Amino acid sequence: MQIESPNILLIVVAAVVMVLYVFTNSAVLVWVERKVSAHIQRRPGPFEVGPFGLLQTAIDGLKLMAKQLIIPGKADKRLFMLAPVLSFVPPIAALLTVPFGKVVQVQNLDIGILFILSLAALNVLAILIAGWASANKYSLFGAVRSVAQNIAYEIPLLLSLLTAVLWMGTLNLGELVDAQGGFWFVFTPFGFVAFLIYFVTGMAETNRAPFDLPEAESELTAGFHTEYSGMGFGLFFLGEYTNMILVSAIATSLFLGGYNLPFVTLNGEGVLWELIRVLIFLAKAYFLIFVMIWMRWTFPRVRFDQLLNLCWKVLIPFSLVNLAAAAIWIKAVGG
Amino acid sequence: MLNYFKEIFVGIKSLLIGMKVTAFYGTKRTITAHYPFEKIPVTLNFRGHIDLVVTKKGYHKCITCGMCERACPSGCITLDSVKPEGAKKKKLTGYTLDFTKCSLCGNCVETCPTNAIKYSNDYYLVGTSRHDFHFDLLDRAMKAAEEMGIEWTEPVEKPKEPKEPQAEGGESPSPAGA
Amino acid sequence: MIQKPDPTQETLVLNMGPQHPSTHGVLRVVLHCDGEYVLDAEPVIGYGHRMHELIGEVRDHRGFYANVGRMDYGGALSFGHGHILAVERMLPDLEVPERAEYLRVITTELNRVASHLLWFGAFLLDLGAFTPILYSFDDREAILDLLEHVTGARLTFSYMRVGGVCADVDKDWCDGVLAFVKRMRDRIPMYHKLVSGNIIFRKRVEDVGLITRDMALKYGCTGPVIRGSGIPYDVRRSEPYSIYPELDFDIPTSERCDCMGRYDVRWAEIEQSLRIIEQAIAKLPEGPVMAEKVPKVIKAKGEVYQAVEAARGSLGYYIACDGSTSPYRMKIRVPSYSNLSILKELTRGILLSDLVAVMGSFDLVIPEIDR
Ligand code: SF4
Ligand code: SF4
Repeated sequence: MQIESPNILLIVVAAVVMVLYVFTNSAVLVWVERKVSAHIQRRPGPFEVGPFGLLQTAIDGLKLMAKQLIIPGKADKRLFMLAPVLSFVPPIAALLTVPFGKVVQVQNLDIGILFILSLAALNVLAILIAGWASANKYSLFGAVRSVAQNIAYEIPLLLSLLTAVLWMGTLNLGELVDAQGGFWFVFTPFGFVAFLIYFVTGMAETNRAPFDLPEAESELTAGFHTEYSGMGFGLFFLGEYTNMILVSAIATSLFLGGYNLPFVTLNGEGVLWELIRVLIFLAKAYFLIFVMIWMRWTFPRVRFDQLLNLCWKVLIPFSLVNLAAAAIWIKAVGG
Repeated sequence: MLNYFKEIFVGIKSLLIGMKVTAFYGTKRTITAHYPFEKIPVTLNFRGHIDLVVTKKGYHKCITCGMCERACPSGCITLDSVKPEGAKKKKLTGYTLDFTKCSLCGNCVETCPTNAIKYSNDYYLVGTSRHDFHFDLLDRAMKAAEEMGIEWTEPVEKPKEPKEPQAEGGESPSPAGA
Repeated sequence: MIQKPDPTQETLVLNMGPQHPSTHGVLRVVLHCDGEYVLDAEPVIGYGHRMHELIGEVRDHRGFYANVGRMDYGGALSFGHGHILAVERMLPDLEVPERAEYLRVITTELNRVASHLLWFGAFLLDLGAFTPILYSFDDREAILDLLEHVTGARLTFSYMRVGGVCADVDKDWCDGVLAFVKRMRDRIPMYHKLVSGNIIFRKRVEDVGLITRDMALKYGCTGPVIRGSGIPYDVRRSEPYSIYPELDFDIPTSERCDCMGRYDVRWAEIEQSLRIIEQAIAKLPEGPVMAEKVPKVIKAKGEVYQAVEAARGSLGYYIACDGSTSPYRMKIRVPSYSNLSILKELTRGILLSDLVAVMGSFDLVIPEIDR
């Protein structure tokens, strides 16, 4: 392992590409979400604008941009404007370290997973700021809930990731993928449990139903983004979808073998192989996203004390036992 | 302890069952009608706003008794009639329905002694001002007759001597009857 | 009344409503919160007051037909049923044909099923599940189609008439109703799979909003709220009216007393309503649907109180007439009003999320409360 000096130009270009990717990704994901939810509810969903309504989200985005940004009179203006940006930028930065393919990875950090987690933790800060700065009681409730929720899910989230890190013995995302090869971590019992725990907590991380407590529109109208309009709201929206792709990307690289097929390691050289690898990676990530969408449109919302209960009484014990078991297994059998 | 695991197991199972249900319906055909392009047929008994019945001869049946006007709880109906010099009956010159006030109770249709009004099947009403819903039913009846290919023909009344005693009785049943 | 917040208590006053997604209309609840805990919930009503009772006093009896449906958009037919039963009781000469009574009951029960389906969807929406409401609306649409065929309207049916009903049905319609009963019976297991068994749902409603028997009696709760507390009170049985004595059906109750109990009761009621519909269709006699000698102008005299079982509970019309064409006094006792009044005591110290669940489990229809 040698320390590479980061190539600034590459990072800038990649960041721009990533922003573009995030925009299109969100547009497509919104479309997918609307289509999936519509079909689950036996409606056709958007199909008026463009083929199969594909341009609907683009138009919606334009509409959001054209809308007036209303800042409530009593709001803390600077913080109010900062919060959407804060919810939107960190996930993009985190995505820069995700190994979509062997080469398609902007920056392979030795502490990649740590880097991602620390950026992801900023999300709760964004929500807290948004809720506080809005000067709205519902927003404040949303913010407070978000913090409570964060305390609940961060620990099992970390523990479950720790299991994977312990198993493979590295924090480097690229190496994590390679260490699994064709034998995905999820195929081992420890990996399976850790994956389930990670998936549940990951959904909480994205603030989506059934864990959309900070928004909870039937309780808190729209929670922390009640007061946001136009692109302020749009950025929160983008942030949510970017978080979704981030969470599934981590799950894919840590548990689902990244760009490898089950029991087949793809080591070919060349652009074509790389393309295949990227596609495989994205297919897995988007499948996870699909499951998230599916769950969102099936389940009611949990109550926040129940989320805490779930976390402290189920997820943490399970992930601790799982971690310990994995450690013992590694000692005894030799990993 | 056993309960603890049982609850987790039952819980996960119930979630999976729920997801199965939504997956099942997700693959089925959609059941909505795409409204502006696809219309659901209106049932024959649908009660829209009222309309004058057009007879085969191409006229309405209203005898301008005013029962509907009185029966309407919301006061939507305004009748205009004249009694031409020397005629036996009053003649309907205007039948206006203020549909903005109508509660579709059906009292007017039910009280009409000659069944001169019926419910229309107009479901797809839209307007840009409230005046769009002040319907001139006489006008509508004429148009309807035209569409049906019937000529609007006023029955010619034989001129009678004025003040014929039975003319008053036959004109309209007393509203306060019974 | 609403107390001024005490700043030393460090509580937060939260205005829930009049525009809020889960107050189902223009209900305002003033909450005193300590964090997410509700210390005090004070419902403020009257935002949708439309003077229906007064309108009933200035119009003649027929003129009120259309108003009854506007009070409770969910179960308009039972509101009509109560009204005409009250007026008919003041007209002793009037003989309502059997067939009309049967049709009244069939349509009312269909309406009850539709109302419960609407409640089911809205309740789940309150709890954050978006999909069930669309499934239940699928079934509800089928009911509304049937009702549209006979009443001519889909929501505010003015179907009941003094002396009968305004439209007759044919064989096809009866077959359609039976087909619907079958379809609904097939769908019920799906609802239970999707929702009733769901662990998240159960956690949200079990042991939430406990209404003890005493409390339910004290506040005059009726309908599924009191039956969910284990008291088998149903106007259809306790003060039988119409043809209900001739029909065989149970009064489902639940001893759970919580939101889950009310939920169970409503589903059981849907099943009972389907039973009633089936029996009534089988027994449907031939004949006219309107009494022969209905006075053109109704001049009732006397004083009646007629209660019927609406979808939300006991609905009572008190009408006093002095022999003129319109009532001297009309008072309507609506179930949601008493059911709502329990909210203050019930929600002391519960979580905001539970408050939403509790209000959802009452099946409140605010226009009915405000009248
Ligand atoms: S339906 Fe009722 S409200 Fe409408 S015009 Fe006729 S009587 Fe008046
Ligand atoms: S009740 Fe019938 S006949 Fe009399 S005025 Fe009205 S529409 Fe004409």
